Amino acid sequence: MKQFAAFVKKEFRHILRDRRTLLILLGMPVAQILLFGFAITTEVRNARVAVWDPAPDVETRRVVERIDASPYFTVAERLGSPGDIDDVFRRGRAGLVVVFGPGPADEPDGGTGGAAIQLIADGTDPNQAVMLTNYATGIIASGAAAPPVEVRMLYNPQGRSAFNFVPGVMGLILMLICAMMTAIAIVREKETGTMEVLLASPVRPVYIILAKAVPYFVLSVANLATILLLAVFVLGVPVAGNLVWLVAVSLLFIFTALALGLLISTLVGNQMAAMLASGMGLMMPTMLLSGLIFPIESMPPPLQWLSCAVPARWYIEAVRRVMIQGVEVRFVLREIAILGGMALVFVAASLRNFKTRLS
Amino acid sequence: MNDGAITVTDLTKRFGDFTAVDAISFEVARGEIFGFLGANGAGKTTAMRMLCGLSKPTSGRATVAGFDIARQAEQVKRRIGYMSQRFSLYGDLTVRENLRLFGGIYGMKPARIAEKSGRMLSELGLGAERDTLVKSLPLGWKQRLAFSVAIFHEPAVVFLDEPTGGVDPVTRRGFWELIYAAAGRGITVFATTHYMDEAEYCDRVSMMVDGRIEALDTPAALRAAHRAATMDDVFQQLARRAKRVSGC
Repeated sequence: MKQFAAFVKKEFRHILRDRRTLLILLGMPVAQILLFGFAITTEVRNARVAVWDPAPDVETRRVVERIDASPYFTVAERLGSPGDIDDVFRRGRAGLVVVFGPGPADEPDGGTGGAAIQLIADGTDPNQAVMLTNYATGIIASGAAAPPVEVRMLYNPQGRSAFNFVPGVMGLILMLICAMMTAIAIVREKETGTMEVLLASPVRPVYIILAKAVPYFVLSVANLATILLLAVFVLGVPVAGNLVWLVAVSLLFIFTALALGLLISTLVGNQMAAMLASGMGLMMPTMLLSGLIFPIESMPPPLQWLSCAVPARWYIEAVRRVMIQGVEVRFVLREIAILGGMALVFVAASLRNFKTRLS
Repeated sequence: MNDGAITVTDLTKRFGDFTAVDAISFEVARGEIFGFLGANGAGKTTAMRMLCGLSKPTSGRATVAGFDIARQAEQVKRRIGYMSQRFSLYGDLTVRENLRLFGGIYGMKPARIAEKSGRMLSELGLGAERDTLVKSLPLGWKQRLAFSVAIFHEPAVVFLDEPTGGVDPVTRRGFWELIYAAAGRGITVFATTHYMDEAEYCDRVSMMVDGRIEALDTPAALRAAHRAATMDDVFQQLARRAKRVSGC
């Protein structure tokens, strides 16, 4: 046990003396949360709208005012002729053009394709276009005499994208730090030759590996705390569910990621390969296939199957449920079981590889 | 149990069809400085790894410090020191932290580590550098320090895998003074080397060619037997018999 403590102390020294890496490890979650929370957002806010209204009347003016008053849109300009519409998009002066028919708003007119009001959006960014037209349709419809359709967004009434990104960033950061850093730290010892000296000593190999994992575990817990604090107090994303279970699921994921890092370290021989393997093998799938950026349901089936092998997918799913939806833990048992199973497979495979290398 | 520090009988290691070490046998006496020579790929590192318990033999047996390397690897590891050919201390730890870590690994008490490292560092002339990060020491000093760390826990046998790579003959000479001092205290030294001037410093030398030991004797006897002026000539004559492609 004393040996183990000496090793853990040594591992902490390695990390604490490498200031630059430490700074990156502690600063990265902050940067990512703030980036995803504020800069990279898929929300619509103050999108510029142009209006072409050939026959202004009370009704059309009311519609325009309602659009302008909403937080989603700002009416940037009124066009003088339908020919200006193309120009608006080409110069990027607005993302949406509202075109009114020449007659009263409630009378369909052939000039606008049979509709009283036509919405024209820039289809080069389809997601954005769909979102803009949806919001605008809602605003226009809310004033109509017909019974309005009421839309309610459960768990995230304001439709804030931070609710989606926070769990994703948690998955990404924890995977990166645990798996990549552990793999690199172990491989570094192989590369420098110190691993051989340790293996020739009476220390049990399991201790060497465990001692490597401990500081990264501590770092990950610190990062988890940072992310949660930033999410709650800066981004205003509440922890709707049970904090204890949220932390428990996160610890399980950290363990899975550490085991994965261990497995990578037994497969590659140098730090460069470890970096590439974790970069290409972990970062890319975690970014693209975990549901962090692209929704899994809209992927083609082969990619959906592939995404099942990405641990972060299950973690992010579980965090969304526990943290955002606030459901009880029995609704995420499947995710917990899958993560636990993955961890066991990784540990078993790496122990097997480790032994083969020695014999 | 056995009187010799190292006894090896028909030790063999195969990787698939490739026989890296082919039934070698030899003995090393206590306090002896044994040079283990061979071209690249001759199998000397594989043999040494087996003796250190880093790799399991395919067949044959060997004892180190009286313990069987296959069945009592733990006991063997407690009684040996090992210095790998790549510099094997932690560059981002200080001299003293390295000593404390390796002393602790071999179960030495902190008080004993402190007392012994003070004495050892002043002998090495490193007393002023005790709190210097190891990576900022010159290579020659690093190697002297690595050797001192390898024998810090007073092992019965110390294995040196090309300990003096990359330093000049004068620094090498200084390194060998340390080895003589250790052997004088009864530590058996088992060293692989590329440098033939180092081979002259050994009590006995073995030459490995294609996984087999082709010659084993004192440097003077080997020179006489091969009618060679230097150990380098002896090595050239023997290495020419090799059929394996070197470099692996």
